[in-house]
Amino acid sequence: MSETAYVARTMIAPRSAPVRTTGVLGFIRTRLLNSPTNILLTIACILLLWFTIIPTVRFLLVDAVWQGSDRNACLPETVGRPVGACWPFIQAKLSQFIYGFYPEAERWRVDLTFFIGIVLLLPLLIPRAPAKGINAALFFFVFPIVAFFLLHGGYGGLDIVPTRLWGGMLVTLVVAITGIVASMPIGIALALGRRSSIPLIRFGSIAFIEFWRGVPLITVLFFATYMLPLFLPGNFSVDGLVRVLIGVALFAGAYNAEVIRGGLNAVPRGQAEAANALGLSWWKTTRLVVLPQALRHVIPGLVNSFIALLKDTSLVSIVALFDLLGQLRAAFADPAWSSPTTLFTGFAFTGIIYFVLCFGMSRYSLFVERRLNAHRRS
Amino acid sequence: MTGEARRPPLQLGARLRRALGGQAGWRGFALQVVLVVALAWMAHAIVDNARANLATQKIASGFGFLWSTAGFGVSQALIPYSESDTYLRALFVGLTNTLVVSLVGIVCATIIGFVVGLGRLSPNWLLARIAGAYVELIRNLPLLFQILFWYLAVLSALPSPRQSINLFDSVFLSNRGFGMPKPVGTDALVPFAIAIAVAVIFAVALRAIARRRLFATGRQMIVWPMLVAALIGLPLLAAVMFGAPLTFEYPVLRGFNFSGGLRIVPEFVALAIALSTYSAAFIAEIVRAGVQSVHKGQTEAGASLGLTRGEVLRLIVVPQAMRVILPPLTNQYLNLTKNSSLAVAIGYPDLVSVFAGTTLSQTGQAIEIVAITMAIYLVISLLTSALMSLYGWRMSRSMGT
Repeated sequence: MSETAYVARTMIAPRSAPVRTTGVLGFIRTRLLNSPTNILLTIACILLLWFTIIPTVRFLLVDAVWQGSDRNACLPETVGRPVGACWPFIQAKLSQFIYGFYPEAERWRVDLTFFIGIVLLLPLLIPRAPAKGINAALFFFVFPIVAFFLLHGGYGGLDIVPTRLWGGMLVTLVVAITGIVASMPIGIALALGRRSSIPLIRFGSIAFIEFWRGVPLITVLFFATYMLPLFLPGNFSVDGLVRVLIGVALFAGAYNAEVIRGGLNAVPRGQAEAANALGLSWWKTTRLVVLPQALRHVIPGLVNSFIALLKDTSLVSIVALFDLLGQLRAAFADPAWSSPTTLFTGFAFTGIIYFVLCFGMSRYSLFVERRLNAHRRS
Repeated sequence: MTGEARRPPLQLGARLRRALGGQAGWRGFALQVVLVVALAWMAHAIVDNARANLATQKIASGFGFLWSTAGFGVSQALIPYSESDTYLRALFVGLTNTLVVSLVGIVCATIIGFVVGLGRLSPNWLLARIAGAYVELIRNLPLLFQILFWYLAVLSALPSPRQSINLFDSVFLSNRGFGMPKPVGTDALVPFAIAIAVAVIFAVALRAIARRRLFATGRQMIVWPMLVAALIGLPLLAAVMFGAPLTFEYPVLRGFNFSGGLRIVPEFVALAIALSTYSAAFIAEIVRAGVQSVHKGQTEAGASLGLTRGEVLRLIVVPQAMRVILPPLTNQYLNLTKNSSLAVAIGYPDLVSVFAGTTLSQTGQAIEIVAITMAIYLVISLLTSALMSLYGWRMSRSMGT
């Protein structure tokens, strides 16, 4: 029992500390260099970044020209070095990008509209802000009317500014916001119609939705621009912008309908049945019980379709409306600013605007989604 | 809806009510009648207005214009077309151009999309971030913006044909488009094609036999040496016996542009690049969601059965992911086809550009032309969704649910 089988007579050399798998070094080791393939991939990625990020930064900031009054400021011959972005071009065209050809003396009306819009929109986006109901009503119902009278004028001493003078960011936002506001009731009505048990209403809604979802937006715009005027009485002319808005609203409405239908399907049947059992009519059941729950479910989906709509507003430049992208193309045609980097500068500027708007919206939708699902997380 | 107990309704009356008005009963029926009357009134008003407007603007109506001479040229036509052909033929030229750019876009978008989607799932942190940045950047910029960017900024920055970028004296990149060798079939093409067809049939049959034997006896037949021999050997044999099946016609610089060879107009290149990179960003997200939907236990179970990493992917993960991926993927293909209509912005002669653009401005027959254009896209998308629901039906049947 007491016989000892083995006794160590020499000291065991101290082992080196384990390889770090935490901290910066550990991170590089485990996530970037943990196998030969990964080492190769990492090198390839670094090369890719080297050849994209550095030229981009050089173009936008380092080599850029910041001041000047015409194309000469942006020519490599006059500057004497390779020229990056030609920012004076943007400075010169900025008011066009924002207002289009809106008369200069009246631009305060556009600014005021933007300001009212932001003041109404911000509290709507902040979940903690109070009085959501009144706020939403103001933004979705009152604001479009106020905006129309402010921008178009003709009442209260304001001069009429015809819509063919509108342009740039103004048209982009007008088309996007009108599309968003007008497509919601259309979408809700179509989604309810598609779930209705009344045969003709159901088939009518299905046909309507599938039709608008099956054709490209550009054909819808052609329809609105060339075909719609022929269908209206001869003495009844509709403004070009309004025609496009009608087309966009119908198109977006059909897409929204499918999103909202998903939300309606997600509301358990028992909810409607319970409301029925309480003696609520179909309208009351829908308005008080089913729709509020369904719309909560689909807020992220709706935001996504609004992002798509915002991107799609760029298509109106094809039917001779000058939105942001249309103004950009018009600005390229100006010989006073034609230089080798004008095109890239213009695209960089508009690209940043579109990206900030769309990316902001998608981040916001993620935030809302997480907040709405907070009770489901364990 | 009242509190008192109701008698069970007459079966016949209830059926009639249900058939005519759904759950809403007679009120539903009344609603339908109102709807029909409203639609009929609208249709009547539209037809009336249209007739009056056409008469005052002196625009012809009817589809007769389809058979009159178009009188305009297009920059790319896959079927023979000249200015003296009819509008109908121009319509087909536009349609084939739309289909070609969609097909090229679909193939490229699928490849890029899968690479980026799998890249986002890579254990390599840097690769995953780059793939994520690609998706966010591309998804948040309008497609038209990207098409114009490629067309106006990138492709026009390429050198002129005289200084074109030259790869091996056969591929030329310039701002007037891409030139590449054009394959021209020789007499030996027919036997060569037959040899390929025979080889493919043989390969399919062999796989079926091997599969049947595997299920019957549990033994795996090793088929790949025979497959490779058939697929490479037979065409090679045909080529040796009858000579080369294809010769290549090279583009030559003549004057200010290239002639001969296969020339691709810059509009096509810009559109194809923009469409495929744009759709790829969406496909990447679909692929990522599909792969993530396969439970981790599936991979672990496969590994514990002794399958290699590749086999786990090929036999276990991909088939299950495909079930989730395919429906939205088809949707993206459909979107890509519809988005190809943005070609009109840069003048690539697609369906919308040729028909709803040039033809419409020449004839002024907006109603017929826009209706035909919409109908074609509608048929394409309805066919696709019909195929998809067939696929979904087969899938749910084969899963036994």
